[in-house]
Amino acid sequence: MSRAIEFNHVWKKFRRGEKFNAIRDAVPNMVRRVLRREVVRTHLENREFWALNDVSFNVEHGEVVGIIGPNGAGKSTILKLLSKIMEPTQGTMAINGRLSALIEVTAGFHPELTGRENVYLNGTILGMKRQEIDSKFDEIVEFSGLKEFIDTPVKRYSSGMFSRLGFSVAAHVNPDVLLVDEVLAVGDIAFQSKCAQKMRELLNSGVTIVLVSHNLTLIQSLCKRTILLNKGQVMKEGPPQEVIPFYEDLIYRQKEEEFRHKVESGAYQVKIQTQEAISINKVTLSTGSSSGQNTYEVFAPISLDIEFEAYQTLDDPVFLLDIVRADGVLCCASNSRTGGVKFETLKGKDALHIDLSQMNLGPGIYLAKISVWDKDMLHPYIIRNKDFFKVVNTKADQRLKGIFLPTITWSA
Amino acid sequence: MFTEILKYRDLLFMLTFRDIRIRYKQAAMGFLWAIFMPMVAVAAGVLIKKAMAVVSGKYVDLLGIVSISVKVLPWTFFISSIRFCVQSLVGNRELVTKIYFPKEVLPLASILACLFDFAVSVVVLTLILTFFKLGTSVYLLWLPVILIFLFMFTVGLGLLLAAANLFFRDVKYVVEVILMFGIFFTPVFYNASAFGNWRNLLLINPIGSLLEALNSVIVLKVHPDFFWLIYAGLTSVIMLYIGASVFRKTQPIFAENI
Repeated sequence: MSRAIEFNHVWKKFRRGEKFNAIRDAVPNMVRRVLRREVVRTHLENREFWALNDVSFNVEHGEVVGIIGPNGAGKSTILKLLSKIMEPTQGTMAINGRLSALIEVTAGFHPELTGRENVYLNGTILGMKRQEIDSKFDEIVEFSGLKEFIDTPVKRYSSGMFSRLGFSVAAHVNPDVLLVDEVLAVGDIAFQSKCAQKMRELLNSGVTIVLVSHNLTLIQSLCKRTILLNKGQVMKEGPPQEVIPFYEDLIYRQKEEEFRHKVESGAYQVKIQTQEAISINKVTLSTGSSSGQNTYEVFAPISLDIEFEAYQTLDDPVFLLDIVRADGVLCCASNSRTGGVKFETLKGKDALHIDLSQMNLGPGIYLAKISVWDKDMLHPYIIRNKDFFKVVNTKADQRLKGIFLPTITWSA
Repeated sequence: MFTEILKYRDLLFMLTFRDIRIRYKQAAMGFLWAIFMPMVAVAAGVLIKKAMAVVSGKYVDLLGIVSISVKVLPWTFFISSIRFCVQSLVGNRELVTKIYFPKEVLPLASILACLFDFAVSVVVLTLILTFFKLGTSVYLLWLPVILIFLFMFTVGLGLLLAAANLFFRDVKYVVEVILMFGIFFTPVFYNASAFGNWRNLLLINPIGSLLEALNSVIVLKVHPDFFWLIYAGLTSVIMLYIGASVFRKTQPIFAENI
C-alpha cells in the first residue's frame, strides 16, 4: 500500500537579491555546464542559500500532519514543492491521489467577473470538473454566506468577502490529499468555526491533510503528528504534545542567544558622558557562601558584590538594580534608596553588597542591570549590562516554568 | 504534453471564456470590437492603394481591396495572439506562482480568445463577400490546411515569447515594435508579386507565405504556390516544436523567476 506523500532527501536552493547580475553570473554557469555536461547541483554560488536541507518525511493515507516552525524555516517551500509549483534541486517526492492546495485561495479570481463566474473559474483552476461545480454550487455559496452578492463583480467585494468566497470554493474541492497553508484565518468567528468544522469533516472522511500553521492550538487539536522545521531542516517529529514544547524551547533559546549577542556587542550600551563620573570596577555574583559563579540552581540564594570608584564627588547617588530576563521581561527592580543605603557624598573607591536571597526565579538566562543615577533619578551616571547569570533546574524532575517559582500549596 | 493539456481542457475553456468575457464585459462596443481592428486596417489599406494608384496612374481595383480584407483578418489574429501571449504568464502571476496546472494553458487561452475574434470577423467578412458575389471555388479546400499552419506557427511563437518574457521582461517591447512595423514587411496591403525581384524575400516570412496562399485560394482562385506553402508548413511545424519544447523545459522554474 503506497503512502500518500513521500518526501525523500529533498534539497531546495534559492538565490537572494536580484535575478541578474548581468551576464557575469549566467556565463560561468553556462560554461560549467558545457564543460562538465552536468550541473553541479550541490554547488552554492554567491547569494544562494538552502531553503530545504535534506528533508525527508512520509505521510500515510488519512493522516493529518502539521508542519510548524519559525518564519523562514521552509514550510511554505515544502508545500510549493508538493503542489508541483516548483521542483526540488535534489531529491524526489511522490504524491498518490488527487491533490488540492489551499495555499492561496483567491489566486484565480478575476476582479471583472461576478462571484458566480469566479466560483466556476476558481473551481476549475483548483481541479474540479464543470459538472462537479454545478452540483456543489449552492453548497459553496451557502458556505460563504454571499448568496445575495453572488452575481456582483468581485471587484466590488470587501476583502473579507473575497477571502470567504475563495475559501468556500477551495474547501469543496474534495481531494485525496489536501495541503493547507495558513488560510484558516479569514472571516469572523462564525465563519472561522465553520472552517474548523469543515476541516474536521474532511479529516473524518479520510482525506490526508498537511497543515502548515502558526496557530499551535489548532495544530494540537487537529494533527496526530507534527513536524518541526527550522532553517530548512527537520528538527523533530512526533505527536504535538512532544513537538510543540520542543518548538517553544527552541524559540526561547534562540531569543536568549540573540539577547546575549546584542548586549555583548554593545547594542544596549548607553553612552552618557565622555568623562565618566563613576566606574563600576567589578561585580561578583555569589550564592550563599561560594562566590564568583554565574549559574544558579533554582531556589538558590543570589547575591551581588559591586566594587566601584567615583572620580568626581557625587551628591547622594542612587544605585539601581534591574533583573531582566532574556526576552526583555523586567523581573524585579530595586534601588539603594529604598534599600536603605545612602551615600551622602561619594568619592573614591567603595563597595556594595546586594542580597537577593531566595528570589525563586524560573529557569532561564537573566541580566543583572546595574546603574548609578543622580539624586533626583533624572540622569544616569553609568549603566552596566554585562552581568549575566543563568538559573537551571538540574535536580527536580518536573518542568519548572514561569518567571517566578513561588511556593504554592494546594488543598482539597 | 498534449495529454496533460487535454486533461485540463476544462480549465483551458474556462480561461478562454474568461479572456473573452473580460474583453467584452465593460466594453461599450461589445462584439464590434472584433471587427473594429480589421475595419480600420482595411481602411488604411485602401488609403495606401489609393496613394499608389495616384502615383502609378492605375486604378484602385475592387479585387485589390478584397485582397486586403481577406489578408487583414488572419494578420490581425496573428498579431493580437502574439501580443496577448507575451503577457499571458507575467500577467497571471498569481496563477503561475500559486497553483499547479500545465502553464501552456495560459498562452493557449489567449490564442483561442483571439481565434474567437477571428471567427467573428470571418463571419462578417463572409457576409460582405457573399454580398459582393465573390463566389466560391474548389480551391477553398486548401483553406483548412493554410489556417492550421497559421495556428501552429502562432502557438509555437506564442509559447516561446510567453516564456521568454517571463525571464527577460523587455521581450514585450521588442515584440511590440516588430508587430507594429511588421505589417509593412508582410504582404497585407499589397501582393508579394508587386515587388518583383524582392518577392521571394517577402515570402521568407512564413506569415507572408501563408497570407499569399490565402489570397490565392480565396480571391484569385488558383492553387497556392506549392513551394512556399510547403516552406510555410515546415516552418510552422518547427516553430511549434521549438516553442513547445522551450516552454516545457523552462516551466519548472517559472514560479521562482516570475
